[in-house]
Amino acid sequence: MREITLSKAVNEAIAEEMRRDPTIFVIGEDVAEAGTPFKVLSGLVEEFGTDRVIDTPISEPGFMGLAVGAAMTGSRPIVDLMFGDFLFLVMDQLCNQAAKAHYMSGGKLSVPLVLRTNLGATRRSAAQHSQSLHALVAHIPGLKVAMPSSAYEAKGLMKTAIRDNNPVVIFEDKLMYQDKAEVPEEEYLIPFGVANIKREGTDITLIATSSMVQVAEKAAVILAAEGISAEVIDPRTIVPLDEATLIASVKKTARAIVIDEGHQSYGITGEIASRLNEKAFYHLDAPVIRMGAMDVPVPFSPALEDLTVPTPETVAAMARRLVAGEMIHAL
Amino acid sequence: MTQVAEVAKPGTNTEAYLRMYTQMVRIRAFEDQANQLYLSARMPGLTHMYSGQEAVAVGVCEALEVSDKITSTHRGHGHCVAKGAGFKAMFCELLGREEGYCRGKGGSMHIADQSNGNLGANAIVGGSMGIATGAALSAKRQGNGGVAVCFFGDGATAQGLMYEVMNMAALWKLPVIYACENNGYSEYTKTAEIAAGSLTARAEAFGIEAHKVDGQDVLAVNALTQSLVARARKGEGPFFIELETYRYHGHHVGDINRTYYRSKEEEAGWHADRDPITNFGKWLSDQGLAPEAELAAIRADVQAEAEAAVAYALAAKYPDASEVDMHVYAATDPATLQAGA
Repeated sequence: MREITLSKAVNEAIAEEMRRDPTIFVIGEDVAEAGTPFKVLSGLVEEFGTDRVIDTPISEPGFMGLAVGAAMTGSRPIVDLMFGDFLFLVMDQLCNQAAKAHYMSGGKLSVPLVLRTNLGATRRSAAQHSQSLHALVAHIPGLKVAMPSSAYEAKGLMKTAIRDNNPVVIFEDKLMYQDKAEVPEEEYLIPFGVANIKREGTDITLIATSSMVQVAEKAAVILAAEGISAEVIDPRTIVPLDEATLIASVKKTARAIVIDEGHQSYGITGEIASRLNEKAFYHLDAPVIRMGAMDVPVPFSPALEDLTVPTPETVAAMARRLVAGEMIHAL
Repeated sequence: MTQVAEVAKPGTNTEAYLRMYTQMVRIRAFEDQANQLYLSARMPGLTHMYSGQEAVAVGVCEALEVSDKITSTHRGHGHCVAKGAGFKAMFCELLGREEGYCRGKGGSMHIADQSNGNLGANAIVGGSMGIATGAALSAKRQGNGGVAVCFFGDGATAQGLMYEVMNMAALWKLPVIYACENNGYSEYTKTAEIAAGSLTARAEAFGIEAHKVDGQDVLAVNALTQSLVARARKGEGPFFIELETYRYHGHHVGDINRTYYRSKEEEAGWHADRDPITNFGKWLSDQGLAPEAELAAIRADVQAEAEAAVAYALAAKYPDASEVDMHVYAATDPATLQAGA
């Protein structure tokens, strides 16, 4: 099968959907001729024109608000938010307006839009261009949240996001744009709320999102060499969350680590760990462990930044201790 | 800036005049009933009275088609009525009943009436400015000649979002009209104390044609809006209107002791001299278009309609408990999520 980059996969997904549905348009900063700073949207304006690939001023709340109103009135906007950190700028329009319109109107209004943005540290971009803020939006009922972990997921989830009748926030890992994966030529969509078992195992479950799926897979390779069989699961969407697949895995392995690049406190890892505790407690041989980003603003210096996120080595080390029956809670 | 004081033409459109009179009376009657529901502790929560500003909502909305869109504010009952909503479903919404426009899930501050083009009241001051502008973007893209009107108060002009979306609306010539209802107060503060310069000048800075009009004069509001709507449909938008008006009540129904921010004399003066309904009724009589007896009959009919709607809503049932997690997400047809769909 052919291999394409994550960037190309996103581009293909959007182009295919725009050919299929004339109500779709892309709106954001430097999306047209520039194709975004990451060049993800290169070529779209040449095919679809500036009426459908709309460059905006640097006004995130403004174009987010426009997209909400357009989505309420028969359009399907794809909002391009250049960095995930800029979510803080659009929170009112996203969380008070888009997320609530359907419910507050008793089902009369709907807001079918996609907000595509990114996450991920270790790009030496410091604290305002490196955050992974998906937990913030996952907390708000009315939003769906997709977290592709490779080019294959990026394409299939984007196509589903565009066709969904709700506001969907899709986080791409900005360090993975040039990573290649097998992506079929023929059309496919990946349904929301269906986790992907990336690797089967029997001793421990590594639940990982987005950028951390690769980390978990590498950790699993390290562990396999030591005779520890790790199962790696990618939820693919955190809202909705495929709880059943996660619980079934943990019932089999009796141990789990949840790995995610958001800050560890009050984040996705805590939510998933809590659900496993509530629903699989009597099957567990050890507490479910959270591994998120450190609770510090992301530092600039490479010497510091690399310390803030889980790595294959730190995940493998934690898994090793769990499987050995070490009293983790004593730490 | 253009000052508009277009003289109405008596006798040319009596039916339209009486409809405007009736709609203003309906808004006033609705608000009086809502206020009583609050004072008698039969309404959950608070509400924000539109009384005094009726000529704005009616003058603007009578210039629109049903398919044109509006966005509204926390002080939004007037816009909702003026855009065509019925009393029963509105009172049901205020009382949290299942038959409300939003099945009781929105309440006073979130009434939306999609069937009449009302994209909803908004409890974030200035929060709907992007939505109205986006609706105009849709209308332009769809080429349907539609117009969107964004109602907002003078207080909302302090929000940054307004300037972001006016910039884009002007750049892209969107068919949107920004209708600033300047009632002089930003919640509990005189707007003169928090607004520098002129409001219309702010729109003009973006190259947006701005008008100032007496918001107590329904004919002046309507004449101006009609001309701007027609031009917006032809691609000459956006436009900005500052409508000078006055809210008779406090910021909300519970804001009763308010002499610390405005005097009772000031309030009495607006009631006595500038009431939009009284003055328009007098004009209709003076012009020989409708004798006072006919206007009194309209008021009586509306009063009866409002009382009946309140009684209906008070007896209406609450949503079933099963509704609590309904409508969090819109359904998506699974067939559309298949490859090849």
